[in-house]
Amino acid sequence: MPTEFLKVEALEKRYGDAVVFDSVNFGIEQGEFVCIIGHSGCGKTTILNVLAGLEQASAGHVFMDGREVSGPSLERGVVFQGHALMPWLSVRRNIAFAVRSKWPDWTATQVDAHVEKYVDLVGLTGAIDKKPSALSGGMKQRVGIARAFAIEPKMLLLDEPFGALDALTRAHLQDQVMAIHADLGTTVMMITHDVDEAILLADRILLMSNGPQARVAEIVKNTMPRNRQRATLHHDPQYYPIRNHLVDFLVARSKDLSHGRAPATPLEVSPGLDPEPPANPLTTVTPLRRIA
Amino acid sequence: MNAQRKLSLQSGLISVLILLAALAAWHVATLPTGGVAAPASTMTAEQIEYQKLLGKDPAAETKKTTGFPTLAQMGATVVKNLADPFYDKGPNDKGIAIQLGHSLLRVGLGFGLAALLAIPLGFLIGMSPMLYRALDPFIQVLKPISPLAWMPLALYTIKDSSISGIFVIFICSVWPMLINTAFGVAGVRREWLNVARTLEVKPLRRAFEVILPAAAPTILTGMRISMGIAWLVIVAAEMLVGGTGIGYFVWNEWNNLSLPNVILAILVIGVVGMLLDLLFARAQKAVTYAD
Repeated sequence: MPTEFLKVEALEKRYGDAVVFDSVNFGIEQGEFVCIIGHSGCGKTTILNVLAGLEQASAGHVFMDGREVSGPSLERGVVFQGHALMPWLSVRRNIAFAVRSKWPDWTATQVDAHVEKYVDLVGLTGAIDKKPSALSGGMKQRVGIARAFAIEPKMLLLDEPFGALDALTRAHLQDQVMAIHADLGTTVMMITHDVDEAILLADRILLMSNGPQARVAEIVKNTMPRNRQRATLHHDPQYYPIRNHLVDFLVARSKDLSHGRAPATPLEVSPGLDPEPPANPLTTVTPLRRIA
Repeated sequence: MNAQRKLSLQSGLISVLILLAALAAWHVATLPTGGVAAPASTMTAEQIEYQKLLGKDPAAETKKTTGFPTLAQMGATVVKNLADPFYDKGPNDKGIAIQLGHSLLRVGLGFGLAALLAIPLGFLIGMSPMLYRALDPFIQVLKPISPLAWMPLALYTIKDSSISGIFVIFICSVWPMLINTAFGVAGVRREWLNVARTLEVKPLRRAFEVILPAAAPTILTGMRISMGIAWLVIVAAEMLVGGTGIGYFVWNEWNNLSLPNVILAILVIGVVGMLLDLLFARAQKAVTYAD
């Protein structure tokens, strides 16, 4: 396995005696797009916040590019669940705020050109001087994405960025994020609840077991080639095996793997290439099949 | 659009009607009434003599007034005062604009000093829950004290009535601004602060570019409340310390038994208070953001 760009080792978060998750181990390669899926309360957002440097883990380490992550950094951009735009600033100035943080020596013209480039990337040039309150939910989230990409971080962390959007807007934004990712090659980690979103976007999908004492129980390789298309995705013979595997995990297996019953080192599986999902030795429950 | 205009036209009309009704009531209430004393014809010569000794001449046409100024007297006073608002004929006779200027200066100074202290301190309190708790008992005890209660202490320690007035304004303006600033700063959304953190924004820039604009509507509400209180208190403070100011003017004209001037001063206090409030309402609107 090549040296990993991001490495998470034995990460643990506890509040008093309550262990939210422990022994979380995984790695992400440079340029990879990774999704985390898991039920509410398993600590997905906490893991993302630890990677962002916004929260401290109770134990364990996170390394990015060979250096330990100990606090927030401009090298990791974050797209927040709520768009987290500053409502008193226009779209332009919201993004300029981030750009000036990264390059404080730039002239106003340089900042402006850079801002316009990224606003254009998310297709919001027409709304660049509007305040966030004048934008729809999807547009606000696009500004949040543009802001995160505009600082040209080595890694992008997205916390359920499309959770609150309608299906049509969500599809549109997924395509946009996919295009930007293909364009810039930024390493991306994204939390989602949506199995189809994960299959469309992610190269690998981290499956988290339920809390308490949740873990990254399994890593599913998305073996379908990149440049996946929403329209043709479900015709790929690998699609349903992968999807069923994910749904099986979420519906049946994840709760049996709570309380630390998941392996500390997650198994990496490729259900798309296997004719049958591998029998998991750690669970006695027969996985449900063909839920969706 | 048309309905909007109709509404403002109707409400304006009602306002004018209420004003006219009040003025009419005033006029009727101050109409001279016929004398209640018995007419001279029924009095004996001794009684007439006695009445004259009391300073009442029963032979003269007796018209009893309430002593309250009539509308005409009031109008004459308004015209006289507003025609020459800046005259200065010694300590007890200054134009109403000069007195108003003194009051506004005191309020401005006291309020300004209070803002200089309360806003930075409120910032610190709002950012540090520890400091918030440490200072809270003091704020809670000092806040409900009537600012005028400080007056003797201020006069004794400062030994200057004018500066004592400014101090009283200061002390009454400080609390709403302090509390609102702390409240506004403490309530800045976590996500905006997280954005600043992930962007490695330096503390000073974070204070001015994130926390200040986020808390500005709350801070300005505090300033507006403070200004309202300061304008209430200045009149009372100036009545106490005397010398100059619109409050002193009211008290001086009461001593002169010049009720028209007192009424004029009351009106001026109201109008200026309204203008000050309007000013802060404008500022508040300018910094308020739609979420």
